[in-house]
Amino acid sequence: MTDECEVTITVNGRNRRSRVEPRRLLVDYLRHDLGLTGTHIGCEQGVCGACTVLLDGRTARSCLHFAVAVDGSDIRTVEDLASLDDLHPIQEMFHQKHALQCGFCTPGFLLTTVELLESTPDPDEAAIREALMNNVCRCTGYANIVDAVTEAAVELRRGRQP
Amino acid sequence: MKPAPFSFVAPETLDEVVEALAAHGEDARILAGGQSLVPLMNLRLARPEVLVSINRCGELDYIRLSDDRLVVGALVRQIDAETSPLVQAECPLLAKGLRHVGLPATRNRGTVCGSLAHCDPLAELPAVALALEADLVLTSAAGERRVEAHDFFVADMTTCIEPGEIVSAVAFERQDPSERSALLEVSNGGSVFPVGGVALRWASAGGTCTLARIAAFGVGSVAQRLVDAEDALVGTDLGPTAIAAAVAAARNAVNPTGDMHADADYRRHLVGVLIERGLLEGEGP
Repeated sequence: MTDECEVTITVNGRNRRSRVEPRRLLVDYLRHDLGLTGTHIGCEQGVCGACTVLLDGRTARSCLHFAVAVDGSDIRTVEDLASLDDLHPIQEMFHQKHALQCGFCTPGFLLTTVELLESTPDPDEAAIREALMNNVCRCTGYANIVDAVTEAAVELRRGRQP
Repeated sequence: MKPAPFSFVAPETLDEVVEALAAHGEDARILAGGQSLVPLMNLRLARPEVLVSINRCGELDYIRLSDDRLVVGALVRQIDAETSPLVQAECPLLAKGLRHVGLPATRNRGTVCGSLAHCDPLAELPAVALALEADLVLTSAAGERRVEAHDFFVADMTTCIEPGEIVSAVAFERQDPSERSALLEVSNGGSVFPVGGVALRWASAGGTCTLARIAAFGVGSVAQRLVDAEDALVGTDLGPTAIAAAVAAARNAVNPTGDMHADADYRRHLVGVLIERGLLEGEGP
């Protein structure tokens, strides 16, 4: 039974059917089987949040899930946010507010921000900081990330379409 | 690192789950949210040969009232219990404790029963279960047994779960609306893991304390109910003398160890500070 299993997972709106070993982590399935390398692997033990994706609409560590165990689920990754020449308002604010330096952690921060602003369109700073507990950034010191999320919330409330 | 190879089964009913557990015995582990188990597997500190996922068992995803109990099924995610109006009304201490568990992303997936079964000495929920005098429902192919929280938690990462058993539900004592409760903890620099903490429930009638339940975590190898501290409060006016007696009893009862985050004396001191703060400042965050 360590043999490969067939899974069907909706990734960024597309039904993807694959055969995977049970021990295949969701993050490796996304990166290696589907070629979606926007989701980054950091610590592989659930601490850093670089691998954060939306699993059935909620943030989840993709390094702490097996692809077989999320068979039938709906996954959104950073690739779903924007096309190459048209950034999502959250991405645009991260750009404008210098909310990244090396950028390694950024995909995870973006998806945490999507979850926050979908449920709480007008978060105060405490709510933003609590949501951002999901993710570790070693470069920015977080101040610019909080600014970017605040401004992204304003943009989205103004009706800017993602 | 990547996990060692394993086999995977995902039954759709509790009967099939316990059948699979019976077939594989000690080689099997249950996968619920996986937020504690999968890190251990990635580090190869855990190498189960078979994972029995309960994520397809819709029948285990329920929160309901049963007499004087609030019963939470094995597949209830922490976030869903935390935000459940039923939990907030009937067991506010559980909702308060859940707010401190892990991170938002791990609460989205981790389960209430899974955290109890994992039995991390720094986890909040075992202390909440002790303070709410919970019963753990252990189901196996042979049937079902109920174990009081007091007997369930044995030591660091060790419970009385036998091979072939699953924690299929946990039944918490419902809190009276007149009760107050608080969960307080201290952690270093916003770390997910606290240094230590306490879960408190208390009630008064006519100026006299009629109920006190106190449990602590992070101050021993496993969460601990502090009965002497409770006894120091019941029947008193909850004034400074009574609180001082409870604080002294609590510090006397715990047996913390030191580590890089805090030494043993700090933790012993902390448990008293948090009890006093909870009783004086009330509901807490």
